[in-house]
Amino acid sequence: MIHQSAAQMSADLAAGSVTAVELANAHFDRIAAVDGDVHAFLHIDREGALAQASAVDASRKAGEKVHPLAGVPLALKDVLTQKGVPTTCGSKMLEGWRPPYDSTVVTNLKKAGVVILGKTNMDEFAMGSSTENSAYGATRNPWDLSRIPGGSGGGSSAALAAFEAPLAIGTDTGGSIRQPAAVTGTVGVKPTYGAVSRYGLVAFSSSLDQAGPCARTVLDTAMLHEVIAGYDPKDSTSINAPVGKMVDAAKKLDIKGMKIGVVKELSGDGYQAGVLTRFNEALEALVSAGAEIVEVSTPSFEYALAAYYLIAPSEASSNLARFDSMRYGIRVGDDGSRSAEEVMNMTREVGFGREVKRRIILGTYALSSGYYDAYYGSAQKVRTLIKRDYEAAFAKVDVLVSPTCPTTAFKIGEKSDDPVAMYLNDVCTIPVNLAGIGSMSLPCGLAPEDGLPVGFQIMSPAMKDELMYQVGGTLEAALESSWSKPLYASAPELAVK
Amino acid sequence: MALNYDQALEKYEPTLGLEVHVELNTLSKMFCGCATDFGASPNTQTCPVCLGLPGSLPVVNAKAVESSIRIGLALNCSITPFSRFARKNYFYPDMPKNFQTSQYDEPICVNGYLDVTIETEEGPKVYRVDIERVHMEEDTGKSLHVGGATGRIHGAEHSLLDYNRAGIPLVEIVTRIIPGTDKYAPEVARAYVAELRDILRSLGVSDVKMEQGSLRCDANVSISPRNSGVLGTRSETKNVNSLRSVERAVRGEIIRQANRLEAGERIVQETRHFQEESGETRSGRSKETAEDYRYFPEPDLLPIVADPAWVEELRAALPEKPSIRRKKLQEAWGVPDKEMAAMVNAELLDTVEETVALGAEPTKARSWWLGEVSRLANEKSVAPTSLIQPSEIAEIISLIASGELTDKLARQVVEGVINGEGNPRMVIEKRGLKVVSDDSALMAAIEAAIASQPDTAERIRGGNIPAAGALIGAVMKATGGQADAAKVRELLLKHLGQG
Amino acid sequence: MAAISRDEVAHLARLARIEMTDAELDHLASEMDLILESVSRVQGVAGADIPPTSHAIAMQNVMRPDAVVPSLTPEESLSGAPAREEDRFKVPQILGEE
Repeated sequence: MIHQSAAQMSADLAAGSVTAVELANAHFDRIAAVDGDVHAFLHIDREGALAQASAVDASRKAGEKVHPLAGVPLALKDVLTQKGVPTTCGSKMLEGWRPPYDSTVVTNLKKAGVVILGKTNMDEFAMGSSTENSAYGATRNPWDLSRIPGGSGGGSSAALAAFEAPLAIGTDTGGSIRQPAAVTGTVGVKPTYGAVSRYGLVAFSSSLDQAGPCARTVLDTAMLHEVIAGYDPKDSTSINAPVGKMVDAAKKLDIKGMKIGVVKELSGDGYQAGVLTRFNEALEALVSAGAEIVEVSTPSFEYALAAYYLIAPSEASSNLARFDSMRYGIRVGDDGSRSAEEVMNMTREVGFGREVKRRIILGTYALSSGYYDAYYGSAQKVRTLIKRDYEAAFAKVDVLVSPTCPTTAFKIGEKSDDPVAMYLNDVCTIPVNLAGIGSMSLPCGLAPEDGLPVGFQIMSPAMKDELMYQVGGTLEAALESSWSKPLYASAPELAVK
Repeated sequence: MALNYDQALEKYEPTLGLEVHVELNTLSKMFCGCATDFGASPNTQTCPVCLGLPGSLPVVNAKAVESSIRIGLALNCSITPFSRFARKNYFYPDMPKNFQTSQYDEPICVNGYLDVTIETEEGPKVYRVDIERVHMEEDTGKSLHVGGATGRIHGAEHSLLDYNRAGIPLVEIVTRIIPGTDKYAPEVARAYVAELRDILRSLGVSDVKMEQGSLRCDANVSISPRNSGVLGTRSETKNVNSLRSVERAVRGEIIRQANRLEAGERIVQETRHFQEESGETRSGRSKETAEDYRYFPEPDLLPIVADPAWVEELRAALPEKPSIRRKKLQEAWGVPDKEMAAMVNAELLDTVEETVALGAEPTKARSWWLGEVSRLANEKSVAPTSLIQPSEIAEIISLIASGELTDKLARQVVEGVINGEGNPRMVIEKRGLKVVSDDSALMAAIEAAIASQPDTAERIRGGNIPAAGALIGAVMKATGGQADAAKVRELLLKHLGQG
Repeated sequence: MAAISRDEVAHLARLARIEMTDAELDHLASEMDLILESVSRVQGVAGADIPPTSHAIAMQNVMRPDAVVPSLTPEESLSGAPAREEDRFKVPQILGEE
């Protein structure tokens, strides 16, 4: 039952062949069996989940109209607040913190009756591409437990790939939904900036952060997208417009006549051969489905990584200033004689991990007087150029495509001492965040050389997220028919304990 | 030998600039829906946003923007076509996010001015105070320092934080250097804050209570040797909690700086705190190791692009300027400049106006408030308006006019009201302060006076009218001062054949 | 020549309120050097005529009406406090004054 798609679970729940409580328990059993190895979850909320599941079952039994996803389990990235449930952001700093309020994403999930199983592991404060930066230990890739599940949302992607949950929420600042999806053979969507409320999403980089749906199929992400998206007056940057028909788009399975642009700059040197092989096969599948493929050049993308690693740390240095041990979180060194300032310094030394400190220092530098124009200011201008590149490209094509990452999942520990090499992982995903547009990663096969999943990225213009669902749904159907089963079904069996 | 103010001014020229923070009186906070009531129980007006909880986001209060624009318009500013919030990054426990959401290089209003008038030795003089900017920001929480020295930070064992005030909308009004004030810098500073306060009050955008901190003034003062043409190092004096303190703080700072320079010391750029008791300033945080605030545009908020039509609507709806209102009142009441200035300086103009509106004659209303009531208020070190109501003064004035009270009796009534003996009628009743107007009672007293001073009575009969004073005095004494002296005189003279 | 000195990193750590050991400062200084070398590519890419973008999706004048909504209870507000005294957050002594 746990190996199905969320859409199938939804149908079974509606038909009454399974109850929400049974479904939740089946997933808790699976978590108990495999999560010791995978370590996708930081916290399990059995009580809250079963209460929600029972409520949904009661509503269904009473013949009340419920949301199609009511009763379907979900894994929540630990960067979103859920009232009364521990929220750590993968950081020691927030150990034991139980927020007194729900994020808007959680409010929307609860309203729809989605059953939140627990909180998933992540790189500390979403800074990283491997989930190795979690203060609570690394998450492992269910395809190969010696490899990373991507990051920062490695807990959510691993939970999906390990069948610990059919749905998950991720957040994507520079690729934290899409890169984990790519390396775990799952689907992850970063909606247009402002489509999903950031209220209750613990900020990393406010102008780039965006929560989005994760699942094993395109349709499942579309269903979840419609639940979590929508205008929220509590988020000033929330888009005040109706949510598009993502489910309809994902079901359309028709891309005849669509123009699809291949980004020239996101290919070539530095890309794993097997990644490019599967990417090119996917392009052929799109052509077979009736799309026209054209090459598009986006010259400013060359500077996207550099701009991102100035903008995101700058905003982070300010966003993370609030973690000072005065109002919440851990406090270190308060022996009655030290000053507040000394205690802040000691707490931040102990509470933050290496990568977080690195980025805070980098951001503090980029914003400091005398350097602002050269660093932060220049980066914001590059952002304008990248936005213009996209606008020019979308004037010619409906969507843009590229590999999601240059390589398949790397080994745990392989890049942890080389921040610059680690940052290069995000080269294909970052331009999207800088421009605020929507983007999806879906599996396009296994790399011949290592048998690991390869991700295919689809980028759609701002506020036209339907387009990536339309293309993604079509591509998924075409590839699955050539494989004769979904990619996730070929994942190796995990040892059950 | 320390220099006094006049000696300091002989050698040095002061330079003055002022920053005023105004708490707006919106119902809800700047970026969240928490209430803004003054004096609420600790942390009862807090939420994820104003506590800076992880994940929370700000949303701008539209009324705060409107009030800021109205303030800018009243101060003759331009409203900028594109304005943004910025984060001012520094750590302080009373600031929940460890950055203040403020405005930096794109404030909502710029380039205004305010004319203020002060009394000088050469008569009234107008100073134009140029306003550099008016910008929006949020207030911080309040800390209570426990243990160690009384309430002081230094020596405190720990501090207790209440975030009810955190996030209350603040407007900061920054002047340019005010040129040419010379020795009148303290008076100009005070007059500016007073005028600004009147404008803000007339706009209805703030409670403008300096003692409660809803209007706070920071005075930037520097001095330089006369005719040197150089600008001195400035200090920034905070904690100035009344108009009188503004004047004292500027004066005190000029004297302090002059004496430092005389002693061969240099002025340190720093924040200083005004001490109400001594009138001096105490050193706070040195700004030499200047914080680097790392301002950048607030990514959680969007730009404000004020619609010019809306701005014009707001401009058209501005209330009358306090200076124009004063001019109109002065004409209507027919009071001389000096008296008008006295009322303004005593902050009693509104009170006098209210008293006049209740039927009192303007000169009488002015003289009661500035005279007897102010004298008593000074003795108690409180505001005159806290002692007695305009309606009570108006009533007392009308009782004098109708002859039911004499001036002397009226003073006793005022005293009684202030002592909490009730309203004027009740005080008159309780104290038995009615004027003796019963002719037969008065005649008995007059006859008794004549009997005791027959010689004087004889002189009056002989035409020596001024001699009547002695007998009138005796009658007044006999009636305990409750008789109307004019009436006594009339009856006495008539009785002695001189009426 | 290094783009950033160890002393500069120490200054940044002070600004960011993070205590750091000498070893950490040394390590971070060398890492920062590499990172700065790679991110300084943004300099001079865009001409003076290119405006900066702070929000990818351009919007303006997003405001809320001035209406009071219920606050948290003090119990909720203080629920995460490392220390409290009655309904106030208790913190170590605050030095210096703003």
